[in-house]
Amino acid sequence: MKNNILTTTSIDAKQQARIGVYICHCGLNIAQTVDCPQVAEKASGLDNVVVSKDITYACSEPGQQEIKDDILEHGLNRIVVASCSPRLHEPTFRQMLQSVGLNPYLLEMANLREQCSWVHMHEPAAATQKAIDLVKMAVSRAQLLGPLYEETLPLTKRTLIIGAGVAGIQAALDLADNGYDVVLVEKQPSIGGMMAQLDKTFPTMDCSI
Amino acid sequence: MTDVGRHPRITLHTLSEVVGIKGYVGNFDVRIVKKARYVDEKECTACGECAKVCPVVRPDEFNVGLSSRKAIYSPFPQAVPSAYVINIKECLGHNPSVCSKCIEACDKGCINFDMSDEEFVERVGSIIVATGLEAYDPTELDEYGYTRFENVVTSLEFERLVNAGGPSKGELIRLTDRKHPKSIGFIQCVGSRSARKGSEYCSNICCMNTVKSTLLIKEHYPETDIKVFYIDIRAFGKGFEELYKRSRRLGVHYLRGLPGKIEELPDKSLRVAVENASTGKLEFHDLDMLVLAVGIKPAKSTQRLQEMLGLQLTSDGFFLEAHPKLQPVDAATRGIFYAGCAESPKDIKDSVTQASAASARAIRLMHKGEISSEPITSEVIADQCKSCGKCVDVCPYNAISVDTKKKTPAVINTAACAGCGNCAAECPFGAITMNHFTDDQIINQIDAMLSEKPSEKVLAFACNWCSYAGADYAGVSRLQYPASVRLIRTMCSARVDESFIWHGFMKGAPVVLVSGCHIGDCHYINANHWTEKRVNKVRKKMEKLGLRPERLQLEWISAAEGIRFAEVMRRMEKLRREVSKEEIEKTISILQNRRK
Repeated sequence: MKNNILTTTSIDAKQQARIGVYICHCGLNIAQTVDCPQVAEKASGLDNVVVSKDITYACSEPGQQEIKDDILEHGLNRIVVASCSPRLHEPTFRQMLQSVGLNPYLLEMANLREQCSWVHMHEPAAATQKAIDLVKMAVSRAQLLGPLYEETLPLTKRTLIIGAGVAGIQAALDLADNGYDVVLVEKQPSIGGMMAQLDKTFPTMDCSI
Repeated sequence: MTDVGRHPRITLHTLSEVVGIKGYVGNFDVRIVKKARYVDEKECTACGECAKVCPVVRPDEFNVGLSSRKAIYSPFPQAVPSAYVINIKECLGHNPSVCSKCIEACDKGCINFDMSDEEFVERVGSIIVATGLEAYDPTELDEYGYTRFENVVTSLEFERLVNAGGPSKGELIRLTDRKHPKSIGFIQCVGSRSARKGSEYCSNICCMNTVKSTLLIKEHYPETDIKVFYIDIRAFGKGFEELYKRSRRLGVHYLRGLPGKIEELPDKSLRVAVENASTGKLEFHDLDMLVLAVGIKPAKSTQRLQEMLGLQLTSDGFFLEAHPKLQPVDAATRGIFYAGCAESPKDIKDSVTQASAASARAIRLMHKGEISSEPITSEVIADQCKSCGKCVDVCPYNAISVDTKKKTPAVINTAACAGCGNCAAECPFGAITMNHFTDDQIINQIDAMLSEKPSEKVLAFACNWCSYAGADYAGVSRLQYPASVRLIRTMCSARVDESFIWHGFMKGAPVVLVSGCHIGDCHYINANHWTEKRVNKVRKKMEKLGLRPERLQLEWISAAEGIRFAEVMRRMEKLRREVSKEEIEKTISILQNRRK
């Protein structure tokens, strides 16, 4: 077992949390409805928040660079990005953390776009209040985030194929021709399956075997 | 087929079945039972001398009973391995004094009655399930007279009749008089697309198989009168429409309407009564022979294998893929893939395509020679574990083991753990922690959310794969709903611990919503069954405590159900408005007293 995630421990996650909060405008996608500077202002008063700012596009190259610079300059060890859904950009920001030596699991996201600005477009005040709550929740969770490590385990480069009809045969040959060992198990005394019983087959009208 | 037999990287076990599987992605130990062939597979040259002397005659399965074979036989001429096999249940000669004629006939001495079934274990890193299909047995559709009239055959029997290697050497004959039929009818959708008998789904291949058969008949016997009785002709694939048009051009009659009744005439011909849907009139057609285009059913072994591998089935009984669009060949269990009709009815081209895809997915998994495990897994806090085994019962992946007798703490196999968090929610002693979704992290979120004006907010838990994605989809679709809800994401709804719900109410939440994937669609096999159980349990307790159980809601919302998500949020807001500040205060005091 070994860790395959780089953690050059220039920044120790076990130290007291030093949190950076970034409220993304996403152009106007979020900023049109949510008062981003106000959200950033509120977040700056939360426990352990060292940096809190609003940012035009967090995912863009300059946006990421700004966050990375802050991490190094202020020794941040937890990052909260309040932007779009984590289902979209969580991998992006995890990579960003990793590139400056932070464990990728020290990231938390607040979903201000899909689950706030886009669904409360006509209620800017309520949306801003919700955004503040979502950021507060993310910060509170970030306080307790810890580094996680992927484990790597040995693997057997061999495939079991159950059934040796046309699908099993094709899969077996593809794997074997690529240099992988195959164990092909068939219940009947011969391979071929249903296909072998067919005469000509569509659309080519040639024989099946 | 012969390539498989001689490929140095393929170990072929025929007459074999998988009887047990242990392990997990990367390292599965597969127990296989190989039935005795009683003929030396490597030495046998398939000369056939043994079969000539065998006195036992039986119907030949390969020709669906239309011809016979001996008790020692080769399944079909191109069989791989090309060795004979003895069906020991049919053979007379286990005891040499009774028969043993084949032993005498075999010059090479390949036959060995002392062979026994073998059981062995193979270690593999990935598994491809390609268990195929079973043809529908039309016996139950008595109106078609399959069992009563000899000239009514299934499409599979028809295949053997027109095959050069078949019982009639490729001559198309009627079974009753061995004459060429002058008229042939095909009945489509036999066992398919019926809510009454057979299956509700379309079997995918039967239309084109019939089109193909009509072309074969027209090629050899152009004068034959062919009628196809159908509901729709589904010629959707590449080049299919062309074949269908060619069939029509050659004079095949396509008649919309499925026959209601078949009668046999004195000359063993068949009278088909059908309502022609185009004219609305009842018609009678006299035909020499009838072919039932039978549908595809899941193979018999499907359910046994599903249980053994912890896989899921669709309501049709075929294997369920991890995602219908983005992971169509993956099982939800990592390291297992599907190919061919095991997953759904499909033709040869699609089976081959899916098989190649499955092998590519398997290679993608294996090529590094090592496998990285998802770090979002659960962990046992050994000194708090009481070895009760509840976690073992609820783990959908069998990833936890515990010795309840010796009272040693539970052990989680992190490679097999998929990270649903069901065990952490179930553990009564707080002895399991779920990485990245720990109790403390989630409690912190609840506290932060409800620290100010809790009565104005709805606390909602949403699973990552369905409900949270459904909320995103509502956003992408710009569906507007009340701003009172605050979502807490967990990987699975089964992560939601009873204590989270109580904590929410204690902190003044008017309404708590737990949401997840629909039952049957859970991304962690069936973990959401436990969600349901837990929510019902809490509701019962609420009732006993004098709290309105309606304040705890459970909703299944899929990733595609943005509209439903927005609707549910409006409903939650309505519920929230019905909860007064007094009710919330009363709840808090009841829960505080309960704690004491």
